[in-house]
Amino acid sequence: MNAADPSTIRAVRAIIARAKRWDMFFAMLGILSLMVGVLTFSVLFLDMAIQGVPRLDLEFFTSFPSRRAANAGILSAWVGTVLVMLVTALAAVPLGVAAGVYLEEYAPKNWITDIIEINISNLAGIPSIVYGLLALGLFVYYFGFGQSILSAGLTLALLILPVIIVATREAIRAIPQSIHEGSYACGATTWQTVRDHILPYSSAGILTGVIIGMARAIGETAPIITIGALTFIAFLPTAPFSGEPPAGLFDWIFAPFTVMPIQMFNWTSRPEAAFTVNAAAAGFVLVFMTLAMNGLAIYVRYRLRKNIKW
Amino acid sequence: MQIPVGLEAGVEGTVLKADVRELDFYYGAFHALKRVSMPIHDHMVTSLIGPSGCGKSTLLRCFNRMHDLYPGNRYAGGGIVLYPDNTNLLAPEVDPIEVRMRISMVFQKPNPFPKSIYENVAYSLRVRGMRNKNELDDRVESALKGAALWNEVSNRLKELGANLSGGQQQRLCIARALASDPEIILFDEPTSALDPIATASIEELIIELKEKVTILIVTHNMQQAARISDFTAYMYLGEMVEFGVTDQLFIKPQKKATEDYITGRFG
Repeated sequence: MNAADPSTIRAVRAIIARAKRWDMFFAMLGILSLMVGVLTFSVLFLDMAIQGVPRLDLEFFTSFPSRRAANAGILSAWVGTVLVMLVTALAAVPLGVAAGVYLEEYAPKNWITDIIEINISNLAGIPSIVYGLLALGLFVYYFGFGQSILSAGLTLALLILPVIIVATREAIRAIPQSIHEGSYACGATTWQTVRDHILPYSSAGILTGVIIGMARAIGETAPIITIGALTFIAFLPTAPFSGEPPAGLFDWIFAPFTVMPIQMFNWTSRPEAAFTVNAAAAGFVLVFMTLAMNGLAIYVRYRLRKNIKW
Repeated sequence: MQIPVGLEAGVEGTVLKADVRELDFYYGAFHALKRVSMPIHDHMVTSLIGPSGCGKSTLLRCFNRMHDLYPGNRYAGGGIVLYPDNTNLLAPEVDPIEVRMRISMVFQKPNPFPKSIYENVAYSLRVRGMRNKNELDDRVESALKGAALWNEVSNRLKELGANLSGGQQQRLCIARALASDPEIILFDEPTSALDPIATASIEELIIELKEKVTILIVTHNMQQAARISDFTAYMYLGEMVEFGVTDQLFIKPQKKATEDYITGRFG
């Protein structure tokens, strides 16, 4: 029987058809799984948008919280969120990137490094409330930062540090060995290699990790409550150089604060229906902030990657 | 340590640039180079041939201490002496960065940095602390001319190195290796990723380059070794089987093993 025999061809076609049924089956399964996530998010987001968007006006952004739902706004919450995120980014990015670079480029391959690596992966799995408790003891009381923006920012920084470290390492590993060796072969030191090659070429990947971390941090509530964020706050942190002399650029970091998720949580626990609408509006703004951050990250990553070809 | 006798016998009018002396090298527990000795003649092309896994690339990468980048690699005895200053490149007290400043390398696959053509060549000067714009410009130009690339790229120095063709990229890497005025350039199978036309241009360039610099090249292509090198070393299983003037080695090898390899009976 040779290959051109009609019965052979029929048999081959039957085999292909059977194999393709599995292809179809898996594709359907994949679409279904995907839909679970996408649809759930879409429904939640739409529901929130339908409820909340009509409530959004300029006043909502420029008003402090109030006992009357119609007058209440998210001024202190969004300012608080922006400032806490700023502290988080300023603390977590340099520490996380430096740790990642050290582990990839400098650390000797021995059991101490292995233990550190295992610890970092485990850190990512620790419940955020535990970070809150640690921060309460360490930042709030031991270092005496109080229930401030600084404490909150540092707490969230700790929380997302493992994410940034892991993303940094992955981004560095994606750089081909040949580029690495090319730099050393030119006579570069490890630091020159890191500064001139490793960091520039891995910055897109690092940025992705930073954004994933920040997106997680922006919605965190538990650790912030643990360290004592206020739920009702009717003033803004001191603007730079405006506080009591000697006023400085960073007076605001010791100010009490609230953040968006806490404001939402506070509103949802009120009995009046009008506050639920407020919560939906605030939720919409929070999701929008996260999406905007992601969008910015995608754009910057595209710009950074455009000039990197191996 | 003394230079094993017989290796450079019959070679007159050449000066030694470097000398591998009874070198032992280990990857972890694997004995990759076994008491390897060979001379490197000044301003000559020396090629290393042998079947894959014979240790030719390993030996090449000893010359710029590339092995120091990875844990578990060990220089276990012997050394590589660089003349005229008699420095043992493998001595623990010699900084690998100093070695790489004197001996540069061109890799198997063109590996331009994802930077501009100019910055690629300038990089080996920048790590040496050169900041003067005019001086950099001059050196980049002469390195690109030396690598026979200047005419093709002189008006697009700001473009990415990766936009060049494969052969041009490899010549860019040669320019980068050349810019710092090295004493030796190591080539690790520099044409294995290139098409025949690009290969021919790289081979021609290597022959031209020996006016300026000593060249050590690993190649899996015996015809290439025969075409471009003055001296050839045949290695097998981590040992130096035979070293000699290229013509003699290919026409009248002293050892049966070499003859088997170059006639294609083995390898």
